[in-house]
Amino acid sequence: MTGCRVEQGGLIDRTRALSFSFDGMTYQGFEGDTIASALLAAGVRIFGRSFKYHRPRGLWGAWFDDPNAIVNIRLGGIDYPNCQAATTCLTEGMQVRAVNAWPDACRDVKGVLDLAHRFLPAGFYYKMFMWPDWHLFEPTIRKMAGFGILSPDVQDGFQSAILHDHCDTLVIGGGVAGLTAARAAAEAGRSVLLVDDHPAPGGSLYCNQHGNDSQLWVKAQIAAIRTAGGRILCNTTAVGVYDHQFVSVATDRGMGHAPIVRKLRPARIILATGAIDRPVTFANNDRPGVMSLGAATEFLGRYGVLAGQEIVVLSNRPETYTAIEDLRAAGAAVTRFDPTSAATAIGGRVVKAIRLDGRTYACDTILTSAGLTPLIHLWRHAGGKLEWDNGRQTFVPADGPDWMRVVGAANGTFSQEVAMTEARHAALDQPAPTRGVYHLPPSLADPTASGRQWIDLQHDVTLKDVALAHRENMVSVEHLKRYTTLGMAGDQGKTSNISGLSAMAHLKGETIPETGTTTFRPPFVPIPLEAYRGARRDRQMAPLKRLTLEPEHRALDAALGEYGGWLRPAWYGGDGERAAVERECRMAREAAAIMDASALGAIEVIGPDARTFVNFIYYNTMSNLKSGRIRYGFMLTEAGLVFDDGVLACINDNRFVISCSSSHADAVMAHLEHWRQDRFDPMRVHIHDITQNWSTVTIAGPKAKAIVAGLGVLDSLDDFPHMSLRLCTFEGAPARVARVSFTGDTSFEVSVQNISASALWNKAVAIGAPLGAGPVGAEALTVLRAEKGYILAGKDTDGETMPHDLGFAAPRLRKTAAFVGDRSLHSDTANRADRKSLVGLTVGPLEDPLPIGAHVVETSGSDGGVKSIGYITSSYHSPTLGQPVALALVSGGAEAMGKRVDIWHMGQTRFAAIASPCAFDPEGARIDA
Amino acid sequence: MQQFPCPFCGLRDEREFHFSGEAGNIRPDTTQPVSDADWRDYLYTHENPKGVSREIWVHTTCQEYFMMERDTVTMAVIGTQQMRRDTA
Amino acid sequence: MTRHFSAFGVFREGLRGHKGWAPMWRSPAPKLKYDVVIVGGGGHGLATAYYLAKNHGMSRIAVVEKGWLGGGNTGRNTTVIRSNYFYPESTALYDLSVRLYEGLSRDINYNVMFSQRGMMVLSHSESEMEIAARTVNAMKLNGADAELLDARDVQKKAPILNYRDDARYPIHGAIWQGRGGTGRHDAVAWGYARAADRLGVDIIQNCEVTGFLIEGGTCKGVETTQGVIRAGRVGVATAGHSSVLAQMGGYKLPLHSYALQAFVTEAIKPVMDTVAFSPMTGSYFSQSDKGGLVIGGGLDRIPSYAQRGNTPEQENVLSGIIDMAPALAKVKLLRHWAGIVDVSPDSSPLIGPSGTDGIFVNCGWGTGGFKAIPAGGYLFAHLLANGAHHEISRPFDLNRFGTGALIDEAAGSGIAH
Repeated sequence: MTGCRVEQGGLIDRTRALSFSFDGMTYQGFEGDTIASALLAAGVRIFGRSFKYHRPRGLWGAWFDDPNAIVNIRLGGIDYPNCQAATTCLTEGMQVRAVNAWPDACRDVKGVLDLAHRFLPAGFYYKMFMWPDWHLFEPTIRKMAGFGILSPDVQDGFQSAILHDHCDTLVIGGGVAGLTAARAAAEAGRSVLLVDDHPAPGGSLYCNQHGNDSQLWVKAQIAAIRTAGGRILCNTTAVGVYDHQFVSVATDRGMGHAPIVRKLRPARIILATGAIDRPVTFANNDRPGVMSLGAATEFLGRYGVLAGQEIVVLSNRPETYTAIEDLRAAGAAVTRFDPTSAATAIGGRVVKAIRLDGRTYACDTILTSAGLTPLIHLWRHAGGKLEWDNGRQTFVPADGPDWMRVVGAANGTFSQEVAMTEARHAALDQPAPTRGVYHLPPSLADPTASGRQWIDLQHDVTLKDVALAHRENMVSVEHLKRYTTLGMAGDQGKTSNISGLSAMAHLKGETIPETGTTTFRPPFVPIPLEAYRGARRDRQMAPLKRLTLEPEHRALDAALGEYGGWLRPAWYGGDGERAAVERECRMAREAAAIMDASALGAIEVIGPDARTFVNFIYYNTMSNLKSGRIRYGFMLTEAGLVFDDGVLACINDNRFVISCSSSHADAVMAHLEHWRQDRFDPMRVHIHDITQNWSTVTIAGPKAKAIVAGLGVLDSLDDFPHMSLRLCTFEGAPARVARVSFTGDTSFEVSVQNISASALWNKAVAIGAPLGAGPVGAEALTVLRAEKGYILAGKDTDGETMPHDLGFAAPRLRKTAAFVGDRSLHSDTANRADRKSLVGLTVGPLEDPLPIGAHVVETSGSDGGVKSIGYITSSYHSPTLGQPVALALVSGGAEAMGKRVDIWHMGQTRFAAIASPCAFDPEGARIDA
Repeated sequence: MQQFPCPFCGLRDEREFHFSGEAGNIRPDTTQPVSDADWRDYLYTHENPKGVSREIWVHTTCQEYFMMERDTVTMAVIGTQQMRRDTA
Repeated sequence: MTRHFSAFGVFREGLRGHKGWAPMWRSPAPKLKYDVVIVGGGGHGLATAYYLAKNHGMSRIAVVEKGWLGGGNTGRNTTVIRSNYFYPESTALYDLSVRLYEGLSRDINYNVMFSQRGMMVLSHSESEMEIAARTVNAMKLNGADAELLDARDVQKKAPILNYRDDARYPIHGAIWQGRGGTGRHDAVAWGYARAADRLGVDIIQNCEVTGFLIEGGTCKGVETTQGVIRAGRVGVATAGHSSVLAQMGGYKLPLHSYALQAFVTEAIKPVMDTVAFSPMTGSYFSQSDKGGLVIGGGLDRIPSYAQRGNTPEQENVLSGIIDMAPALAKVKLLRHWAGIVDVSPDSSPLIGPSGTDGIFVNCGWGTGGFKAIPAGGYLFAHLLANGAHHEISRPFDLNRFGTGALIDEAAGSGIAH
């Protein structure tokens, strides 16, 4: 018998037993236990296996500093990988298994690896597996590595709530110092939030046997803090401090639930995170039964578990003596030795004895501490500096941000009384008292000593590995870490860093501060990825914009799809895509298409400088656009590249409406705003995005005029030429009708405010139906416009396309006023003869459409290799023409009409002929029919 | 999460802002000849200072552009200033 | 002393307690003069030194590094190696890199663990599939390996991804490059350093360049915290800090520096055998040999020289990962960090004369410098040895910003960097 439960004491509820299993055996613990404390009380000694050599591992720590007891937990039919037994509260029915061990932690067959340890030193993999090939070895190594097993099942409801919280003073850590600081701040009238990562505050107060007094004191502080208006969150860990005083704290909600994450920006942060023991290095110091002194006192104080019966203590720190008294009082036989003497733990799998200076002492447990290491991770996140403290043999906080104060053991103040003074000063913004004197005899790792002495228990890094790194000149702390994997395990070096540093410093003949530390990075403890997810989840990742007319489209059996960030009708009628698109294309050409064009961006430009503004924004000359007229144009980037295309309508001298691609509307708006404020007087030109306030119904086709006439928006459609605009009313509400066409047929865009949209749509559909016209979706429109050679910016253009590549060369040569991108249109590259230009491609009427994404190639060089000279951007079967149509960007294409070219797709070659992009009605006869 | 002071709206989270380039990058007058080198410098060349940097930012929720001086190492904001000529 | 790395060497040294391993590299004091001084002891700088010595027969070479070797982006990246680019200039560059990586471990006698487990760029819609086809065709035509996968192929290769119908970004297929994969980032820096050292290169750590020695408008060396070092030519390969060096050297660069974050989770048994990238969220991940998921994503959008990241981009990246593979929501994050990357206007690198005589630059790799280390070093060595470009690096000269011949992959292929 080793570990056992003592009869009284601790924060557990002995009346509420919980049963669970570990590696197939059933155990009992109590409410308030962790998995680790319950198993320790049951006498379990081997909790897992190390990562590399599969050495047996017992408990080193009683909380997050335990790197050894990593377990898979199955609860409620769901598996949770890599849980820390020492921080996981026990729940009835948990099935716990050690990770990375088969058949179980006790009998792990891979334990034989340890026999080959001398051939597996730090970084052995850099030196071998190169011959014949790394890929031969890698799969086996991958299978060997890894800890827990992740089930591929998605756990619905595993969802973090992200809260934005507020307080003046955030106190991190609810031990003596934290409670004192929180109380002082709260009683001074400050808004205080105290977070503590345990189920109950108290910190190291429970690590001694003044149990009842401590509990009373803690209760009194909690009551006082609450009375003064302070708040306390338990099970809550501050995981990171970020720029501008931003802190993230995560509240554990127990197994199966994602944590609640609070984000705060407190005016002051008081760090009272305490300190943990660092290990004493001696031969076989990784054997189960070797535990930190602090852990043994915490197991006793919090959980009423005595770690062992025959205990050897290797510790010089001043608090050792009270700890020994407590352990003795609980019934253990305790002997203390100087930790600087050469020791060897004896025992095949678990500690059975210790040999010191040639003498062997039987024992079942060795408690060690080479001193306390303050937990200053968050101080470092915040940019605080550290200094080496010789008396404490560790790094303590030095200069840092004025909004963060470190108090108590985290500051190297190990005396409770001084810590309380320090805490009160910090809470009230008073200067910090000088740190008290503390003398800890050095007990540093000796890398030249014999035997295998562990410094990183999870990753199996020993002092020999540090010596090897030094021998190979891997002496920077970062090289040491990365080469040996020291500090890269689950505990991120919390226990191992100082030992590693001091060993390297010893070998280099330097001091520890000269050797330096590695960087402290968030999160302070591992937390689920879910905790970082925020509000961006599922449909909220990038919410779709919805059309006012969506119910109308649904009533017409529309298939809805995502186009440019909008949920739009792809086709109607519930048919399959192919048949529907074909039917809609025919309807559009034979009667009329009725389309919801509301997603097209609509931006008003208003003010006395509106005209000069649009002239600067557009590639095309817009300065002479008359009232009531519309002109097609391009917007360019300053690099001269086509950014968007669309029409500009002039309502009057002071008012224009920009129409842009639906997917670009936000970017266009930002682009306009940029130039408006950079170059114009913002008081003389305003821009206003009305996309989501107005809806537009487009009616295009031979019967369009008849339908629009029936809508009653305009008295007469005579004297209303193509590319013009009328302001009017629809059923008494303001409306605009624009004559523009994206299909090549006579076309009217009727725009009304959203409130009138459904009436307009329904009326158009009702009038259109007897004429053979009806709703047409985005897919058919894509075909219709491709027949005409009209581009979709971003689809038929790429990151090199300039307007003259699309056949619009005149403004580049003639426009005298400045415009965005003007100078870039005269670069060497812009002037090249082999630029890719927009062309059509034709194939035989019975052939399949050319694949989009296929390349146009030519044979290059003598070896017959092929070289890409362009690619197909749009390609469809045209029901109107009864043959495929395609658009492509082809180098020198505009000068090669009729040329036969090779089309290359996934290794197959076809032929096509270069043609004008416009395959349908090239004379434009239908546009004003 | 950093916070920037929009001169119009006050302190707001960094998500609401967009970096729009270094301050003082003046567009050449393109109605006059502009050399390749001058156009390149305007379009592409940056100081990219380590330390104090004067930058143009836009607060995307109010859409106002403004000048911000900040430190690219410490992330401290030194100050912001609106660019409106009428009110500046 | 054991200098050569091999299984036999490890065995023999194992028998004698590994006491006989030679240092990876010397720690020499700087000499007064070198033929070439390379500023920056990251992957690119060290590879440059190695290829200068190996391919160009030069021996008087120094690499000066202000901190520790590989401590910049070489030791902070997500280790992806690929050449799935659209433009022939890019493919020539990055495929040279993949080819050099393929033989690197044996070339430098250091296992860099280049694991060609494949890289997939997911497509989430039919229009993205069209762009993917365009890219796959371009890659094949330009001589890189590529395949267009459909959703079923993707599921076979990466069953952990999100195949639910209600996924925000459903998987329609992917661009697959089987020769892509991951490598051990530190090993690349260390391996090149060791190999360069063996060829006589002086690698000088903790030596910060504080200025350039300019005489008559020409750079004749560098001023450092360890004194003045004269040089025939100076090569600057300092990634995120390139603009700082530019200011010292009197030349200007088209760069902005941003923090790029990376994330690693606790180790789990293998669940992901390849690298998957979602262009819609910008997030990607792979699993290391140790078992941790290695996660990356887009830039923090605030120009920065601070090697730490901020929360908004953490949410962007990790929410993207969970959308891509919802089963990963439970996996615990172990550590996240950031490096400073220098981003050029077209997100393609800058290799060439700096504008100040005698100084040459290798920078602007943005988020993709690691995969290019061998090629970057190979081509930069050519440039420094000859004073003139290798054909593959010529299109990446700084003069492209005057001629307008940008190489903008993001716009060409829909692949972010």
